[in-house]
Parts: sequence; C-alpha cells; structure tokens
Amino acid sequence: MTKPNRRDMFKVGAAAGASMIAASARAAGAPSAPPADNAWSNSLGHGVDSRPYGQPSRFEKNVVRRYIPWLSPTRDADASFTPLQDQPGIITSNGLFFERYHSGRPTINPDQYRLMISGLVRKPLLLTLNDLMRFPSVSHIHFIECPANGATEWPAAQVNSLQLTHGMIGCSVWTGVKLSTLLDEVGVAPDARWIVASGSDGAHMDRSLPLWKCLDDCIIAYGQNGEALRPEQGYPVRLVVPGWQGNVNIKWLRQIEVSKIPAITREETSEYSELLPSGEALGFTWVMDAKSVITFPCPEKPLQGGPGFYEIRGFAWSGRGKVKRVDVSVDGGKTYRPAKLDDPVLSKCLTRFTFPWQWDGKPALIQSRVTDETGYVQPTIVQKHKFWGNDPIYENNSIQTWQILANGKVNNVQLS
Amino acid sequence: MSSFLNRLFGAAVLIGVGAHGALAAPPFKPAPIPATDLSTWNAEASDFGKHPVKKPLHVPGFYKIGTAPTPAQITGWTITVYPNGVGLPPGQGTVAQGEKIYGQNCAMCHGTFAEGKNGYPQLVGGVGSLKSATQTKTMGSYWPFANTVWDYINRAMPFYAPHTLKPDQVYALTAYLLNMNGIVHSSFVANAQSLADVKMPDRNGWNWKDPRPATHNIACMSNCARSGTPKITSNAVTMNLTPHLTGPVDHMKNGK
Ligand code: HEC
Repeated sequence: MTKPNRRDMFKVGAAAGASMIAASARAAGAPSAPPADNAWSNSLGHGVDSRPYGQPSRFEKNVVRRYIPWLSPTRDADASFTPLQDQPGIITSNGLFFERYHSGRPTINPDQYRLMISGLVRKPLLLTLNDLMRFPSVSHIHFIECPANGATEWPAAQVNSLQLTHGMIGCSVWTGVKLSTLLDEVGVAPDARWIVASGSDGAHMDRSLPLWKCLDDCIIAYGQNGEALRPEQGYPVRLVVPGWQGNVNIKWLRQIEVSKIPAITREETSEYSELLPSGEALGFTWVMDAKSVITFPCPEKPLQGGPGFYEIRGFAWSGRGKVKRVDVSVDGGKTYRPAKLDDPVLSKCLTRFTFPWQWDGKPALIQSRVTDETGYVQPTIVQKHKFWGNDPIYENNSIQTWQILANGKVNNVQLS
Repeated sequence: MSSFLNRLFGAAVLIGVGAHGALAAPPFKPAPIPATDLSTWNAEASDFGKHPVKKPLHVPGFYKIGTAPTPAQITGWTITVYPNGVGLPPGQGTVAQGEKIYGQNCAMCHGTFAEGKNGYPQLVGGVGSLKSATQTKTMGSYWPFANTVWDYINRAMPFYAPHTLKPDQVYALTAYLLNMNGIVHSSFVANAQSLADVKMPDRNGWNWKDPRPATHNIACMSNCARSGTPKITSNAVTMNLTPHLTGPVDHMKNGK
C-alpha cells in the first residue's frame, strides 16, 4: 500500500466517530487494552515531514493561556495567565508563557529591527539584530512575574483557580547579550545614573532603571528556551531584568537612553506604583518578593482516587535570590513540615518542591510557605493587609490556602 | 546646539526651535527637581551604596560592531519627557483647542467628561481621595508631574493610533485635561515652560525609596496559629467570578 493511502485510512478511522481506542477494544473483544494492543500499536504513525514545527498532543488542546474577561475593557491592554497546573517542571513552555500587553502584540520583521543606545554616552550605537547577536552572549534561567499576579485576591478569595490567581509568571532560559556589555561598548558618562528602556509597541512602553541593576545582571535577550523569543515575549528582542517586576522587562525593545534622572513615566506613576492606605505613593517597588504556591492539588486538579498517597507539588521563587526552604502545612498553618526542593535551585528562578502526603480523606487546608536566602519568609494575607491595606493591586505574595473537601475537590479560600 | 545635545545636557534652550521655525516660545528652563527626590534618585543608581556602579570591562567601541546613529535618528526615537520638562518639543496648545481634539479622538473611550466609560480609565476626579477608603487615582489626584501627561498622550494615545498626534495637539490635550482636573485655569496655554512649572496636587505624596521588607513572618513549624483553629474568611467558590477552566477558553459572554 502506498504512503498516501495509509494516511487516508487513518483519517477515515478518526473521522468515523468512535475513537481509535474504542475501536481497538471492540476488535479485541475486551473493554480496554491490555491485554490486546491499542489501535496505534497496530498501525503506522506519522512521518517526520508531517509536522515541521511540533505541536502538543491534540488531547492537550485545552491546556492554554486563559484570561479573566472582566479585568480589562479591551484584549490589547490585558493579561493572560500561564496554566501552572499543567506545568510539570520549572520551564514554562513558550506557547503557554503569560502575556501582558499595553497596546497589543506588534508584528516585527527582524530585518527592520533596530536597537538604539543613546543619551549620556560617549558613542551612541545603532544595532541590527545580526549586530546584536555578534556580541559576547550569556544564557540564564529566570522567572518573569507581573506584580499584579494575585491582584484579584487582595480583598478576598475571589477566583477559584490556580491559573488565574498565580499564572502571571513564567520561567525561561533567556539568551542574549548582557546589558553591561553594551553599556561598556557605548561608554556611559560619569554623571549617568539611570537608563530609560522603551519598546516599539504602540504604547512605546517605557520604564526607568537604576544603573547598578543594568550593570549587574540584565540581559538583552533574543533567545527563549530552545528558539527565538516568541512575539508575545517581545520578538525579536526584549530586556530581561532578573527578579524585578514583569513590566520593566521591556518587550520589543527599541531604545536604551542613558540619563541622569529617571523619566517618571506614566507606567511608573499611574500604573505600576503602590498607593498605601496613608495616601503615600511608592514609586519604585521593582523587586518581586518571595512567593510559593502548591500547583497540585489545586482547584483545576482535584484529588481523584480517594484517600491514600498523594505528592503535593509546587513552585517557589524569589526576586532577591535563591529559595532556601519551603514548608508545607496540611492543617491551615498550625504546623508545617519541610518540603523537598528539586534541583536545580537557581537565583531568581522557579524552584520546584514536593511533599509526600497520606490523605485520610478528611477536609484539609493546605499551604506552602517559602523562605528565601535573605531570610525573608512569605507572609500571610492578614500580615500583608496590615502594611498594604485591604485592596491594593500589586505585590500579593501571600501564602495561598487550598481547601480540600472530602470528595477531593479543591477551593481557593482565605483564612483569618 | 543640536537637539540631541540639548537632551543630553538639559541646556536652557528650547529644543530645535530655530531649526524647526516653530512659534517663538519663551526660552525653556528645566523645572528644578526638589532636592529630596533628586538625592533619592541619585542614591538609587548604586542601590543606596549597596551595589557600587561597576567599572567598565572594556573601552567604548572595543567590539566595533554596529553603526553610529545620526542625530536625526536619535531625535526621532528619543521621545522621553523627563519630570523637569527636558524633552518637551516646541509648540503650544490651549484648553479650548484641547476640548475639540478630545471630543473627536478621546471621548469615545474616556467619556465626554473624561469620567471613564465601559471600563476605560477615567481621566478626572479623585482629588483629595487618596487618604480615604475610596482611593481614586487620576492625573489630577495622583500623578506627580504634569510632563508625564504630555509624554504619555504623545507616546501612547489615542489608543488605536498611538504617537500620531502633533506636538501642538498634545499640548492642547494636556491643557484641557489639566483644566478638567481643576489644576490650571481655562486660559492656560500649555508649552514646554508652562507645563514644567505646573505643580500637581499630589506632588509631595511620593516616596521613591522602596520601604520593604514590609512584612516579617517567621518560619514557625508548630503551634503557629495564634488564635486557635484558623477560620475561613472567604471562599472563591461562592463568588461567581471564575470563568470556566476546562474546555475552550471561556469569554464569559453569556451573562455568566
Ligand atoms: C480606543 C479607546 C481609547 C481612545 C480613543 C483613547 N484612549 Fe486613552 N486609554 C485607553 C486605554 C485602554 C488606556 C489604558 C492603557 C493601558 O492599560 O496601558 C488609556 C489610558 C489613557 C491615559 C492614562 C490613564 C491613567 O490613569 O493612567 C490617558 C491620560 C489617556 N488614555 C488619554 C487619552 C487621550 C488624550 C486620548 C485622545 C487623544 C485617548 N486617551 C484616546 C483607551 C483609549
């Protein structure tokens, strides 16, 4: 039989209504394999030319970014969330990495891309993408988290989901040029103190950054995991500012302007600032404080299978360095026991933790609590409210409580 | 002096006035930045001395990669307006002119009276509300510098066609919105100098130094709950705010 015919047969079989598994089971005269072979074991699979760019299994089609329709009036100034409940390891798939746009995702032809470095510098520079890629490069794994991650949960437990309460975070291998390499190449003036990074999206999104951070660990990135940056993440070039608020990691980067003072942009006043209950406004709260969350079980992934052994799993991270320890409670925070940290434990990077649990089938309140290498301990929501007030927007890094019901269902709750 | 050098050194000459043959505007003097802000910003460059700024590892131009942008290229892409007004181009606009432009280009989203509409941000109101339970953040109540209004409208609005307004139009819109917020008189003419001199209502409400850590939890292992058994204070399942999380993406369009 020729190759096209085999394909046609497969298509006919799939379209016939009954699934291949069911068909095979019938053929074998048993409810399901084993002992018989499954249908896919008795037929030829697809060839290397069928999918030049790989796709997830079609059975995973509902593992997607989702958004909260009532958050923003328009999808091009909105956010979508990473499905952390389906992320097994510390690396976020490029197609599932959360999005945050201020004026939609631009389409950029890399041949027309330019990066300008100007301002208080000795030799202003204009680089093509190829130019940029010729400079000495680095490759580091870091998370990027929006400071509004968890914003809906400030006043109360409101959204019954892990994805939509914690999914404005992703973690990737970022490859590119250290910003310090480029700043040395242009020669910053002695009185320079800041840079203003701006994007080429419609928002011309811009943020000011102090010089020390730029010379420390920032990356002008063109690679994300195993490929070029995704357009959602700034293709062809974005700024990566490890451990700091997502919005300073300017996407579709077009200019670095070196300056004496910060620009005090709308994004660092109206948008990404903190207004305390006293009326005091905090302008520069860049660092993402330590946070952790249990990703299994969670509202999307209940306990299925009754009482018995379960491995509690989750992620912890800190914008100030490495995760030192994670403790897990199954009694609503009365007692904690240490979780196991999975290698690698890297600075400003998701760290995976696991905790073996014999569930007795009774309702339980489970929590995780991270301590980072600076000694900072993840706070409770009650502790957070004391400083930040009852309904701020950003920096909700409080301990998450999942309520386990006797039927295994999981709800998002807050405790006194 | 080229406009590019003006930007670098904040020279007391309005950028490119002669070259562009624009209206004769008054000579521009950057607004002074209050010493408290300036010293915080300067200290932030080295993380308050905790991270002294590193020495260069090589001389400028060492790699000889890329080209030098022309002054015109630099001016074209350099649109940042600093809080002291450096970066504002020549031009001007009145409140009345701004009202007209606003009606044609902005009101459909932000509302006829800039009150906000269909979830689009309100651009007026909230003055004096920041210490109350109903904090309302607008340029009038919250933004510390008037120049930010010019900068943002210029770079990002109107939303569907950002950075397409002429400087005079942006000045006029800025004048109009400042007037709607009760910050300037209806006779106000916005230009580089007059904007740099506007004092915003919440100018002194800003702290640029990060006060964290703001919480001091301890990694307690037993007897941690201070008040006996923790009580559930809220449960998201009762809120009816969650889109469906299985199946295709739920746009919550059916009155859910
Ligand atoms: C199509 C709808 C739309 C139109 C028309 C529009 N805007 Fe906006 N505007 C928005 C959106 C959306 C945002 C918030 C963007 C974001 O989230 O970053 C915004 C934000 C703003 C802000 C900042 C508000 C704040 O508190 O941070 C100002 C100021 C503003 N617009 C002014 C204008 C002006 C002036 C015009 C007319 C020239 C205009 N807008 C036209 C949709 C619109």
